[in-house]
Amino acid sequence: MAVAKAKSAGLEERLAACPVPAGGRWISAARKAAVARLQAMGLPDRRDEYWRFTRPDALNSASPAPAAVFENSEKPVFDDIDRLKLVFTDGRFDAAASDDPVLAGVEITRLEEAAKSDIHWARDLYGVLEEAGQTPVARPFAALNTACATDGILIRVSGRVNRPISLVYNHKSDASDVNLHHIIQLEEGAEMTLLENGPGAARFSKVLEVDIAKGASFHHIRAQGRDHERLAITHLFVRLAEESRFKSFTLTANGRLTRNEAVITFTGDNAVAHVAGAALGDGDFHHDDTVFVTHDAETCESRQVFKKVLRNGAVGVFQGKILVKPGAQKTDGYQMSQALMLDDDSQFLAKPELEIYADDVICSHGSTTGAIDEEAFFYLRSRGVPAKTAEDLLVLAFLATALEEIEDAAIAEDMRSRLEGWLERRR
Amino acid sequence: MLEIKDLHVKLDEEDKQILKGVNLTVPTGKVHAIMGPNGSGKSTLSYVLAGREGYEVTQGSATLDGVDLLDLDPEERAAEGLFLAFQYPVEIPGVSNMTFLRTAVNAQRKARGEEPLSATDFLKLVRAKAKALKIDADMLKRPVNVGFSGGEKKRNEILQMAILAPKMCILDETDSGLDVDAMKLVAEGVNALRAPDRSFLVITHYQRLLDHIEPDVVHIMADGRIVKTGGPELALEVEHNGYADILEEFA
Repeated sequence: MAVAKAKSAGLEERLAACPVPAGGRWISAARKAAVARLQAMGLPDRRDEYWRFTRPDALNSASPAPAAVFENSEKPVFDDIDRLKLVFTDGRFDAAASDDPVLAGVEITRLEEAAKSDIHWARDLYGVLEEAGQTPVARPFAALNTACATDGILIRVSGRVNRPISLVYNHKSDASDVNLHHIIQLEEGAEMTLLENGPGAARFSKVLEVDIAKGASFHHIRAQGRDHERLAITHLFVRLAEESRFKSFTLTANGRLTRNEAVITFTGDNAVAHVAGAALGDGDFHHDDTVFVTHDAETCESRQVFKKVLRNGAVGVFQGKILVKPGAQKTDGYQMSQALMLDDDSQFLAKPELEIYADDVICSHGSTTGAIDEEAFFYLRSRGVPAKTAEDLLVLAFLATALEEIEDAAIAEDMRSRLEGWLERRR
Repeated sequence: MLEIKDLHVKLDEEDKQILKGVNLTVPTGKVHAIMGPNGSGKSTLSYVLAGREGYEVTQGSATLDGVDLLDLDPEERAAEGLFLAFQYPVEIPGVSNMTFLRTAVNAQRKARGEEPLSATDFLKLVRAKAKALKIDADMLKRPVNVGFSGGEKKRNEILQMAILAPKMCILDETDSGLDVDAMKLVAEGVNALRAPDRSFLVITHYQRLLDHIEPDVVHIMADGRIVKTGGPELALEVEHNGYADILEEFA
């Protein structure tokens, strides 16, 4: 009881620090329900099964530790990509820095605007996928986000969008504590690419709920930048209808604490979902990928490929699950998590899980932790390649299968050059 | 000129002496062969010269044109002009053959203070050399040695040799795992590289490779030493009588 009380006291403090914003009837109801969900589950602690490898303290505290704004002369990622740019600065939509949000085949609304109206199409999605994603594993920070997100973007896609929509998260204030919540709805046969980048905030919470209708296709590429002191907790909830496609790739370089959760559910047959990540950590770095894929339809393909490169005491976490529900026959599920340790000081903690209730499925998973391959390293050097270049080549080679999940060649090249930059700087 | 003097080498991790005083000189422009039974130290000699970890030189020296090889990192030895064609070429998933070759060529040029080759010049060079070795463009795009047949791997070694143009080429059992046709192709590739300013040290178990790559001098290695040196006829003697007779002389 004493523990429960302490937990609930912590939660009240946390909630007091990010008050539920005012809004129209539909969103107020959704926010209220989210608060109730959160109160029922409480904030996580290290006894929770999915928080054993990542300390939630810095996310639980009422306010974040100040994080100095990162000065960076490097050209921002995606700068050369033709895109529609929407900028958030410390969690507020920054109209002056953004493009005019007009794009053929797309309807774009700010959450703040939509929240004022009494009814909005996003009503059927806001907090809905998040709520569905709370079972069987609680995701308290997602509920918290639904309750108190102050801004975000709602995108309804009805056709094939010819330019990516790019969300940029700027960090300007040392103490920014941000909750952003986006909704994307892809209607039947629609296609779009979403780019996300930027350090975010001192503490950055983001929920992205994506509903992909029949035959629609959603491509997601994200870069979590070099701002080292930031904390980030992100949730991606994706629901796939029949014959839809979803691909996601995340590059994370640095960051004191990053936890990226992805909750993916197949509700229609013959759909495909690939989630991939490449994380590079040096020193005081903790990176956690927590993925939950539910197959609740037939003949769907899911693929998880997560790679981490760790040095100087960096910590990588992977918790990945494939749940195949009864009747989800012909499921093809694949999961791979790998860490490359560049020294003996780093740590990789992996929890791969399969739970299968159908008898005609193919599911495989693997998890490895290893050092640079000495044979390959010597082979390269024996051809005159200096030791550092040889190591860099082998690091890029290690990450290659994750990078392959990026479909657009220009974006893939941009990501590769970021990786090379990191390897060059060693941070 | 490669000069090896009284080279003693033991394994790093166990107290096992592998080379027990190797003396060997390969003059510039010459082709020398080393033959010997299993476990005589032939491959160890090639690895030690190339700078592989796991060995400790306890005595002796190895120089290439007067440069102390044993003091250098593997990449520095390569830049000095040493090349080892591996008995078992290593597969490197995720690194394309082209990237590998271009990185190697330009790293060596940089180490020697030369300008890097432009993409066009590099492509021309690779295409010309690959064609001679019947290596198709597809193989160059694939990851280094991944999914290559035994013959393709060995041809890839010779391709690297042709592109890097070393002064001193060591071929470690390049004939192993090759059928007759593949061996001929590899031997032709090696012969095309024979030049007055380039030396070869061909390590092999069998005389048959030496039918195709004719050596100037043949050495027999046994128990960590060169025990006999002669002309090409020495290889034939081994072929006919095995190593037993020769080894008996020194037992």
